[in-house]
Amino acid sequence: MRTHSRKTVGALLAVAVLIAACGGSDDAGDATDAAADETEEETEEDAADGDAEQDEMADAGGDALSGSIAIDGSSTVGPLTDAIAEEYAAVQPDVIVNLSISGSGGGFERFCNVGDTQISNASRPIKQDEVDACADAGIEFTEVRVGTDALTMVTSPDTGFVECLTTDEIVSIWGPDGVDSWDQVNPDFPAEPIEIFAPGSDSGTYDFFNETVLEPNDIEQPRQDFNASEDDNIIAQGVIGTPGSWGYFGYAYYVNNTDTLDAIDYDAGDGCVEPSPETAQDDSYKLARPLFIYVRNDALSDPVVADFVAFYLDTVNDVIEDVGYIPASDAALDEARATVESAIGSAG
Amino acid sequence: MSVLTTPRRTAEQIAQSMASPRSRSTRERLFESVLLAATLLTLLVLAVLLVDVFRDGIGRLDLSFLTSYSSRTPQDTGIRTGLTGTLSLMVLTALFSFPVGIGAAIYLEVFAPDNRFTRFMQVNIANLAGVPSVVYGLLAAAVFVYLLNFGRTLISGAMALSLLILPVIIVAGREAIRAVSPSIFNGALALGATPWQATYKQVLPVAMPGILTGTILALSRAVGEAAPILVAGAVFSRRADNEPWNLFESFGALPIQIFDFVKRPQEGFQIEAASAGIIVMLAVLLIMNATAITLRNKYSKRM
Amino acid sequence: MASSTVSPGEVDLRRRSNRIGERIVMRILFACGVLSILTTLAILAVLLIEGSVFFRNISIVEFFTDTAWRPFGDPASEAFRIGILPLVNGTLLVTGIALLVAVPLGLGAAAYLSEYARPGIRKTVKPALEVLAGVPTVVLGYFALTFVTPQLRALLPDGSIQIFNALSAGLVVGVMIVPTIASLSEDAMSAVPNSLRQAAYGMGATRSTVVRKVIGPAALSGIVSAVILGMGRAIGETMIVAIAAGNLPTMTLDPGDQVQTMTGYIVQAVTGEASRGSLTYNSIFAVGLVLFVMTFGLNLIAQRFVKRFREVYS
Repeated sequence: MRTHSRKTVGALLAVAVLIAACGGSDDAGDATDAAADETEEETEEDAADGDAEQDEMADAGGDALSGSIAIDGSSTVGPLTDAIAEEYAAVQPDVIVNLSISGSGGGFERFCNVGDTQISNASRPIKQDEVDACADAGIEFTEVRVGTDALTMVTSPDTGFVECLTTDEIVSIWGPDGVDSWDQVNPDFPAEPIEIFAPGSDSGTYDFFNETVLEPNDIEQPRQDFNASEDDNIIAQGVIGTPGSWGYFGYAYYVNNTDTLDAIDYDAGDGCVEPSPETAQDDSYKLARPLFIYVRNDALSDPVVADFVAFYLDTVNDVIEDVGYIPASDAALDEARATVESAIGSAG
Repeated sequence: MSVLTTPRRTAEQIAQSMASPRSRSTRERLFESVLLAATLLTLLVLAVLLVDVFRDGIGRLDLSFLTSYSSRTPQDTGIRTGLTGTLSLMVLTALFSFPVGIGAAIYLEVFAPDNRFTRFMQVNIANLAGVPSVVYGLLAAAVFVYLLNFGRTLISGAMALSLLILPVIIVAGREAIRAVSPSIFNGALALGATPWQATYKQVLPVAMPGILTGTILALSRAVGEAAPILVAGAVFSRRADNEPWNLFESFGALPIQIFDFVKRPQEGFQIEAASAGIIVMLAVLLIMNATAITLRNKYSKRM
Repeated sequence: MASSTVSPGEVDLRRRSNRIGERIVMRILFACGVLSILTTLAILAVLLIEGSVFFRNISIVEFFTDTAWRPFGDPASEAFRIGILPLVNGTLLVTGIALLVAVPLGLGAAAYLSEYARPGIRKTVKPALEVLAGVPTVVLGYFALTFVTPQLRALLPDGSIQIFNALSAGLVVGVMIVPTIASLSEDAMSAVPNSLRQAAYGMGATRSTVVRKVIGPAALSGIVSAVILGMGRAIGETMIVAIAAGNLPTMTLDPGDQVQTMTGYIVQAVTGEASRGSLTYNSIFAVGLVLFVMTFGLNLIAQRFVKRFREVYS
């Protein structure tokens, strides 16, 4: 017992000495060098990966691929890309798809500025400053439309009187001088208080809603006194539990709560349109937003990435409804395929 | 240490309190009940939480949940990415933080000269223990991910967690070493041991139970932390396992995967899968604690 | 254990020990201690370098005095306001509520476990509390939102508690830090030498008197550092607050209102849509800097308090 314990302590201390030696101020120089060496090796390996894979592929007759793909970006598109990766793993088990969720902006930061992702998920088109950052870094990319999300306005079932809202009515609720009672929105509504639940101001959903509803009316910012959350489930919780509530979020969160939430139709000027796959696809529902992935053109010369993107476009309509979004039209997907192919062509 | 001498004021207060012995036994029982109630109330909250989690998650928990990667269908999804990621993170975090933490604790308690620099070091460590975890994430992202170019890999995540819990281990280690009677150390010196021999052959084994408790408490904190590794680059999904020796690979983690589950729109994820994931995480925690208790008891016998 | 510290007079004596290894070990141990200082410097460097970009564009006075925090969108627009006070307000409100819960519960549990509980109970309860410390805070966040908040809304007058509120988040953050405070305080209390207890009992003191008048003061430095650690966790807690307290920066002292904390903002912005290099992105580090300075400052104050206490009794 005695010796045994001593050995354990000894072993622990041996590890301590090893580790501490690396952190020691005297050895700091060496440690940094060693770390740098390791990293360099790693980077070289990564760089060599592409070639190695190509060779392997040639040997295997072009079927089995191996390698890894780094993807980051929107929390809306993330689950969709994950579903594709799930299907892809059945076909190419040796390709590892590493999927992070840093938001569309965070995704583009890595895509353009850091340059360590090959694909970026986005629930909005790339912004000009991000295009500039990519250009500065010499990164060319291809925008690929993969699906559609219909932002859905919702209320609690107790608020049955709200079935459809016009743009003006939404502005009176959501604008900077937002009203507090439903009868101020429309005299036909009862004088019940409004309780608002919406995505936080740093989300793509919030941006898109404002761009669609407020900006055409020259309104910059919505009201600031609302219940904000970054998590659509929490918004759903709030709307469900509060009579007189009003809120909006992605279609998926409505579809999964149809028995506890009522969707509100949107009247953009041509009558009330309900959010649905059909109305989003035929463009009559004006709160539908496109979902994208952005692919680095030089990454497309890597057969792993090229194969994954091609697989994405072939498979997306089989899985997108499971995830809760709306398929892009065949025409849109064909167009995306053509863009990708020409990008692969130019990437050589 | 102040504890070695009886404070005079305390003695006066004791004498004072003895002046009115009338309802002493009632007051005594009341006092004990209040303390017991405080303990039970916390445990009650834990119990409510556990019952809730188990009711929701136990039905979903099976072997395939442990061995499957994530899926878009709640019935098929699994926690494998997070489980291998968290286990790898734990191993690495323990390897980094435990030895360095003990080393610093020994230095400060036994060898450090009583000067300004040492006092600065002590104050600094106590303050670091209070720095919010998300700040360590920012640090790890800047230093390990970008400056040292480790990338968003397992080692960056483990370093973020290590730095986060290091002060806690040092503080706990110092308390444990301080609790060892100086006579053990001095006795060893008198018998001709060097200070280091006296420390690691005599003081350290006695202090080990306390050090282990502190380390385990710190590690169990690290297991549940989502914010720092999120900032340091944990991925939400990958269909491959993490191993502690593959330092430069992308990594997942249980809290991140649970976070992903609760954010998904389907109830099968939010309730069943998330709860099952939490049960797995608590199981990991229990195994860690059980190991610690075993170690603790083993060392305690030696005394 | 100050008696074992090497005093200048003793050093020579020890150097005579013929081990070269001894001095190497000493250096390694020293390096372990220095690592903590390097960590602090690195944190400061990261926050200052990134934060300085921010303060090149925003006046520090505005940052600390403006009472609205709306850092998203176009910096030129009128709605863009960048005063950190609402975030500080949210953090302090939640932390205050949490400490009101955690200090009595944590110290009560610690005293019970250290002075009253039979060893068997102690061996069961302590690990159970440690399990609570490991529950992912995401889970606690949902617990606050879907369990605690509805209870509060049922108990308290209509309209006084919003669905996202500081109270519910603060209560659960409080429960979350109980294990930290309880476990470390219990260690400190157990470390009080038995001779002190026996002396007090010998004078006829009751057990409650011993706990309140002997154990408490004697273990105070450990208790204070436990509370500081707990407070640090409360200030730094992110997920519970982000889920249950809302995401809207509000200047309020009403616990029924929704608030945003500094950590909540950092995570919102880190995972959000703002493009990096923007003022919004740099604001993360400015907020991080304030958070760091604040926790560091609070700790310094607490340490000074501990030191003063020690002086009184030694």
